[in-house]
Amino acid sequence: MASLTPESGMTENTVALESFEIQTEHRSLWGDVWRQFRKHKGALAGMFIFILITLCVFIGPYFYDVDPNAINFRERNLGPTWSHPLGTDNIGHDTMAQMLAGGRVSLAVGFLAMLISLLLGSLIGVLAGFIKSLDGPLMRLTDLFLALPILPVLLVIIMLFRDRLRSLYGPETGIFLLIVFVIGITSWMHTARIVRGDVLGIKEREFVTAAHSIGTRKSRIIFRHILPNILSPIMVSATLGIANAIITESALSFLGLGFPPDFPTWGRLLYDGATFIQITPSRVIWPGLFIALTVLSVNYIGDGLRDALDPRLRGR
Amino acid sequence: MIHYIIRRILIAIPTLLVISFIIFAILDLAPNDPTGNLPMTVPPDVREKIRQSLGLDQPMHIRFGMWLHQFFVNEPLNALDQVFDIKIGDAENRTRVISWATRSPVVDLIIQRTPQTLWVVGLSYLFGILIAIPIGIVSAYKQYSMFDQVGTFVAMVGFSVPTFFTGMVAIIIFSVQLEWFPMIYDTTLVVDSWNHFVMQVKQMIMPVTVLALYNASQLSRFMRASILDNLNLDYVRTARAKGRSENVVLLIHVLRNSLIPVVTLIALGIPTIFSGAIITEQIFRVNGLGQLLVIAIEGADIPLVQTLTFIFAVLIVVFNLVADVVYGILDPRIRYD
Repeated sequence: MASLTPESGMTENTVALESFEIQTEHRSLWGDVWRQFRKHKGALAGMFIFILITLCVFIGPYFYDVDPNAINFRERNLGPTWSHPLGTDNIGHDTMAQMLAGGRVSLAVGFLAMLISLLLGSLIGVLAGFIKSLDGPLMRLTDLFLALPILPVLLVIIMLFRDRLRSLYGPETGIFLLIVFVIGITSWMHTARIVRGDVLGIKEREFVTAAHSIGTRKSRIIFRHILPNILSPIMVSATLGIANAIITESALSFLGLGFPPDFPTWGRLLYDGATFIQITPSRVIWPGLFIALTVLSVNYIGDGLRDALDPRLRGR
Repeated sequence: MIHYIIRRILIAIPTLLVISFIIFAILDLAPNDPTGNLPMTVPPDVREKIRQSLGLDQPMHIRFGMWLHQFFVNEPLNALDQVFDIKIGDAENRTRVISWATRSPVVDLIIQRTPQTLWVVGLSYLFGILIAIPIGIVSAYKQYSMFDQVGTFVAMVGFSVPTFFTGMVAIIIFSVQLEWFPMIYDTTLVVDSWNHFVMQVKQMIMPVTVLALYNASQLSRFMRASILDNLNLDYVRTARAKGRSENVVLLIHVLRNSLIPVVTLIALGIPTIFSGAIITEQIFRVNGLGQLLVIAIEGADIPLVQTLTFIFAVLIVVFNLVADVVYGILDPRIRYD
């Protein structure tokens, strides 16, 4: 399927020659995926922006070492200056330093919550698809979770449990763990459904039957034969999961029920800035812009990945 | 079809019971004491009495049973009483679900807040649909044209950018800088004259537009995909071959078939009107259901939180059912038996 490149449109001889040469050169699956991914300009731009934001947020503080929690009442509500490139807030926090610190938390929440939901979703999906007796109960469970009103339930859980976790792990780690965990266990359902559907299809294919017939253990069939074949839907839902987790965390913080006030995240900064919207509108613009940019770039990456991982589209 | 609907309803009832129990259990397991917010000077025996008056000294399964009884038996009976102005049974002594914070029946609070939510968020959903369908049609019919490219990009931006950011930007531009629209939604405004009507429209423009664009961006992509699926089918070629004009082919033959999945998606999205209201109402300070929920959660008003969250769950289950039934009615190829 993936053998002809765009160059092969000349006379018949050269076509035969070239395609022969191309087929002898080594091409891996992931090489093909990457080649297709590069064709999607939006996805490429998205990946570039996403890597740039991640680098800025994680390496940036080593170059821009202003303390995000330093208070300076003499320099409050400033516009952009040389010492404060993005200005300051109402008690003199440096907005740039807060943006960097907040981005680290927001992205970390996004990644970790995505990982939890992905692991949970894949596990439940594979179990439901592979073990017939578990299919019914697990899918009912998935339906049940899908019928839960997620945002109200999230708000309730965070509101009710944050004090206990705060006293157990300290204010910052406690809330961080709570939010990551809660977002993770309320967003696995779509992954589970997709994975189950794919596993059901692949389970009946000849190569799985062949593996069965030579006595391969079930766990080995799952890890060697089934998981690699459902990697593409899992990867696509991973990217969408990051976007979803970042938005959910910002929404929670925006409602004032996320992280504590002295612990900046992009959503929290937006929420705090909203009160001072008439004095310093830039305090709303910057965090909002970065949430939007991150989510947009992740969504574009997901779009590109979906095309690149689809063998019917790849290599065209 | 009837059998299918009955079966689905029979499945929905235990689902909802389990959900109501999960919500109840979360609220109950939480290490949270409703008397915790009272001043320290309140002596322990008074605290104990307050807990008793809230019914907290009962074991959990009895309280859950009481809530079920109040919500599913007493509240509907009470509603019947009020609508027909009659008394069924022992109307005076019937206990209702009472909010801890306001000491008024929870259902009354919810009825007070529903119109604001329906007006702002419901209207934006309606406008979103009205914007999305024509954009989807043109995007699909002129696939890969300039319009389609721009539309795809705008839609991608539209559903990536959260409403709490677009809403804030709208407030900065139109309320703070240009001062065209008010920043805060005034729900006490009574529309009784032309002036007040203009004010009402003015304060609704921003929230409705922001949400409508967000809804439209998701729906228009779906609409486009659905039309594209239909455009290459045989019946379209037949319609063209027998000489129908392009308008008729597109707007009657293709559109009617493409709308089937879109209508189910619209039905599935209706519950999100209410959960989406939580954020929108916070941005524009609309005192609707979403704000009621946020206030109730912050004030640890357990009966109100329990009832509101459960109503959201009912909406999700009901509209899932509606979507499936509508799909079966609209598309005769779907057979559920």
